Amino acid sequence: MTSNLKARRTFLHTVLLGGTAVASGVAFGGIGKALADNVPGWPAKPFSEHVLAAAMMDSIGTTKVSVSSKITLHAPTIAQNGGSVPITVSVDYPMTPQDYIQAIYLFVDHNPDPLAGEFHFTPASGQAYFQGRIKMKKTDHVRVIAKTNKGVLMAAEPKVVKVTIGGCGG
Amino acid sequence: MSASSGSPIIRAPSHAKKGEIIEVRSLVRSPMTTGFQKNKQGQIIPAHFIQTVTVTFNGKPVSHFDFGTAISKDPYLAFRMRAEQSGTLKIVWKDNKGGRWSANARITVT
Repeated sequence: MTSNLKARRTFLHTVLLGGTAVASGVAFGGIGKALADNVPGWPAKPFSEHVLAAAMMDSIGTTKVSVSSKITLHAPTIAQNGGSVPITVSVDYPMTPQDYIQAIYLFVDHNPDPLAGEFHFTPASGQAYFQGRIKMKKTDHVRVIAKTNKGVLMAAEPKVVKVTIGGCGG
Repeated sequence: MSASSGSPIIRAPSHAKKGEIIEVRSLVRSPMTTGFQKNKQGQIIPAHFIQTVTVTFNGKPVSHFDFGTAISKDPYLAFRMRAEQSGTLKIVWKDNKGGRWSANARITVT
C-alpha cells in the first residue's frame, strides 16, 4: 500500500468520525427502532456496527484475513451511481458435505453500517457464488471474506470502487 | 411506503441435467431505507429493508442470505444451486416490518 493511499484512508476515516458525531442522533432514531422488529435469526449486532473493525470482529471474529486467489470479487472500477453498485463474488472451492464454503461476508469500509450482507451456503449450493447490488457512500474499499465449514477464513483482494455520486440516499 | 414492497420474481431454468450447477436470479421490491436519511420535512425516514432471504429446494435448505441496509433498493440477487432432482425451488423474503413474501419455481431434472 502506498503512503499516499494510507494518507487518504486516514483522511476518510477522520471525515467519517466527524460525520458520525453529528449524525449520531439520527442513527439512534433510525436503526434503534428498526432493531426492535428484527426477523428472528438476523444477526443484528454485526449489522449495527458503524466501524469496519467492529463489524468484522462481530461477524468473523478477526480483522486480519489472508488473501486467497480462490475468491474472485468483481466490482466496477468507477461507479457513477453509488446507490447501485453491482458486485459479483465467486469462490473456487469444492462444495462437498465434508468441506465447503459456509458463508461469504461483504463489507464496505466506510459505509455507515460497514457490513452489507452475509451469504450462507450449503453443499446443495454447488458453488459459493452471488451477484447483487450495494450502496456505497463514497469512493471506498469493498472487501469479501469467505469461511469454510471448518472455520478457515480467506479474503479476496480488496477492490477500490470510485463513486461519483454517493448512494446512501435510500 | 408499504405499496413499494413485494412483487417477488424468480428466474430459473425450467430444465437442468442431473448434477448441473444452475443460476437462479431473483428480485423483490423493498425501499431498503437505512434510517439515516430525512425527508423534505426534516423527519427521519425509518429503516425499512429486507433482512433475510431463504432458499429451499423441495423443503430442504440450499442457502440463506442476511441483508443489511447497504443492499440496494429493490434487491436483486443471483445465486447458484446444484440440480440433483426435479422439484420446487422456493425463496422467502422477510423485512424488518413484518413483511413476508415468497415465490416458487419448478425445475425438471433429467
